[in-house]
Amino acid sequence: MATQEIYYIPEGSKWPIVGTLSLFVTFLGGAMMFNSVDAGKYILIVGLALLTYMFAGWFADVISESIAGKYSKQVDVSFRMGMGWFILSEVMFFAAFFGALYYARMFSIPWLSGEGQGGHNGTHEFLWSSFQASWPMNVMPDPSKYTQYNDVVPAFGVPAVNTALLLASGVTVTFAHWALKKANRTALSAWLFATVALGFIFVYFQAGEYAHAMHELDLTINGGIYGSTFYLLTGFHGFHVTMGAVMLSVILFRSLKGHFTNKDHFAFEAVAWYWHFVDVVWLGLFIFVYWI
Amino acid sequence: MSTLAHDDHHDHKPTGFKRWFFSTNHKDIGTLYLIFALTMFFVGGAMAMIIRAELFQPGLQFVDPQFYNSMVTVHALIMIFGAVMPAGVGLANWMIPLMIGAPDMALPRMNNMSFWILPFAFALLLSTLFMDGGAPAGGWTMYPPLVLQTGDAFPFLIFAVHFLGISSIMGAINIIATVFNMRAPGMTLMQMPLFVWTWVITSFLLIASLPVLAGGVTMLLTDKYFGTSFFDAAGGGDPVLFQHIFWFFGHPEVYILALPAFGIVSQIIPAFARKPLFGYASMVYATASIAILSFFVWAHHMFTVGLPIKGELFFMYATMLIAVPTGVKVFNWIATMWKGSMTFETPMLFSVAFVILFTIGGFSGLMLGITPVDFQYHDTYFVVAHFHYVLLTGAIFALMAAAYYWLPKWTGNMYDERLGKIHFWLSLISSNVLFFPQHFLGLAGMPRRIPDYNIQFADFNMISSIGGFAYGITQLLFVYIVIKCAMGGKRARARSWEGAKGLEWEVPSPAPFHTFETPPKLTKKVLEGLY
Repeated sequence: MATQEIYYIPEGSKWPIVGTLSLFVTFLGGAMMFNSVDAGKYILIVGLALLTYMFAGWFADVISESIAGKYSKQVDVSFRMGMGWFILSEVMFFAAFFGALYYARMFSIPWLSGEGQGGHNGTHEFLWSSFQASWPMNVMPDPSKYTQYNDVVPAFGVPAVNTALLLASGVTVTFAHWALKKANRTALSAWLFATVALGFIFVYFQAGEYAHAMHELDLTINGGIYGSTFYLLTGFHGFHVTMGAVMLSVILFRSLKGHFTNKDHFAFEAVAWYWHFVDVVWLGLFIFVYWI
Repeated sequence: MSTLAHDDHHDHKPTGFKRWFFSTNHKDIGTLYLIFALTMFFVGGAMAMIIRAELFQPGLQFVDPQFYNSMVTVHALIMIFGAVMPAGVGLANWMIPLMIGAPDMALPRMNNMSFWILPFAFALLLSTLFMDGGAPAGGWTMYPPLVLQTGDAFPFLIFAVHFLGISSIMGAINIIATVFNMRAPGMTLMQMPLFVWTWVITSFLLIASLPVLAGGVTMLLTDKYFGTSFFDAAGGGDPVLFQHIFWFFGHPEVYILALPAFGIVSQIIPAFARKPLFGYASMVYATASIAILSFFVWAHHMFTVGLPIKGELFFMYATMLIAVPTGVKVFNWIATMWKGSMTFETPMLFSVAFVILFTIGGFSGLMLGITPVDFQYHDTYFVVAHFHYVLLTGAIFALMAAAYYWLPKWTGNMYDERLGKIHFWLSLISSNVLFFPQHFLGLAGMPRRIPDYNIQFADFNMISSIGGFAYGITQLLFVYIVIKCAMGGKRARARSWEGAKGLEWEVPSPAPFHTFETPPKLTKKVLEGLY
């Protein structure tokens, strides 16, 4: 609750409207691409470039205003709440895909193989009576429509290593935070660098794993409900890790420039929260997508 | 001007392009939201007129069935995402900072982006009207596999939904941060006006439900273009999965539209009954209960898809439970009016009509919530009648009440009370002529989303269409009243209504560009008047 006497209201800014335009151009280009319009991909690239410009410019403004000491404690709290609730919305986005995974395993596959009563097993009876439930489901109810795969990525291979990498990065980012709080700049940069490195190594391993799955195991996004949930869940997660690693890089760059004080470093904390969020999502992936 | 209002002599305000496009002012952004919502109300309304014209008589008269289905689909998307939600956010923008004694929203720049996304998102959506294959015609619920047959419009539909979701999530985050971080010192949560409470709870619903919709429509996109099989049984998925995902969003969405309306009438009824709101605390808890329960009732939209019997029973009982907190609210509104010194200015007329007509919509909702009965009602005009009672004579009546109630605060002028009353009575009569017969049509078995119908439904459809046209024309009167009020009229006092309470009435009318640049001192008298 407010305690100070004078409130802070930011100046008008062009960034919200630039951001809106950039998203509009991005969506427009994307939609045109899906409709096989040649210009679509160029429009998409322009949109993404604008989007990058908006993020850089908007954050640069906020950073310089923050360094100029314009922000009050109250603004800081608003930023914290904003980031926290943004992360919750991200959690709910992933929840939809986890929900699809559970639904497929608990309901749709058993029903397709004839379990249950009340009409929802009619598909089995009338369409694909030879279909048997299994997970990973590598024999499709209608094999002509989807790509058969040889095998799936085992949990205790690269995914287990990746789990270790991400968990370790959660530790290193915490060490970096402790170092920042003790104003130990060298340790801060070193631990942050380690976190960024772990993040990008994770993405590198994940990309290698994708190549292996697609080329050697024939496991593609077209591989039925397993391929769908596998690629969408790990894909969106991988995208979030990449974004998180880029954000951490910015924080590393800023700390090398001497930004942040041991008391005032919300940008660092926001990125750390985000990083822990992608970490936790990964644990869910490791357990439910790869392991059980 | 009261002691609480601060001086406004350093009232620097940008002008022209910068004022509206770079705005960080909650009042300007609120105004933009409200004007946008009203505009979209007429765009969506025009589509409703086409629908009612086509249904005026049996047979195909004016439009081909594909276009008719497009109208049904886009009308719904516009009214939900373009009219009712932006109107609610516009009111939140304007009123929440004034009600809690804050200088502005917590994150004013993000606030600007939340608004400006809307016209661009609707540009994406409305551009589909001119595309190969026409606008989306599979219904606003976007069920696969039907929606996957959409032509070039398909990716535009999906991205418009994503875009609108981004806007709403940012708006919701902003409202939560504002309410929890920007209240005037000394204002506890249980002293907040009920409109603020309903909006903060609505914001939680938005943050928790819209990303799920975003995920669902993303799956539609990948099913169509990338070969996934989320909603295709041939690959182990299930079209019904989409319905689960959609309604996990869709049911909270219903309360996203309704809760701010509850908040509005909870402000207005005490003002014109000249009594404090009956059962303030129970109102807060009832609102929260409705919000929580709304996440556990989604499958009542899907009773006929072949759910296991245990699922049908669970969702039926959970749905019945929502009637309890809703009943608490209706009871409290009536108890607030009990023995009050009532006067019936236009905001109060709309609010009282809201209580009665929303309750009718609630009762038909209870009927639909009973599984075995829903097997008959599902996808009939009974459903159409039900949700239009809840949304038009419910949400939109409350929004109209809010507009009349706060217009003096926004413009500094009183609106024309005589015209306001005419607008109310014409709206009340025409909307009931429009929607009440649809109950009978539904019970007799007329399906929704069909441009033609059996001859036995002709009379009620004609009555309904006449009501529809009358309602549509009546709303033009509202625009005239608003413009007339903005241009001039009897000067409004700071406290524009005799019985109105709350901090928003402590600042002058019209509210100056900046208010509460220093936190207001909350005296005991002010605090007692808050709710």
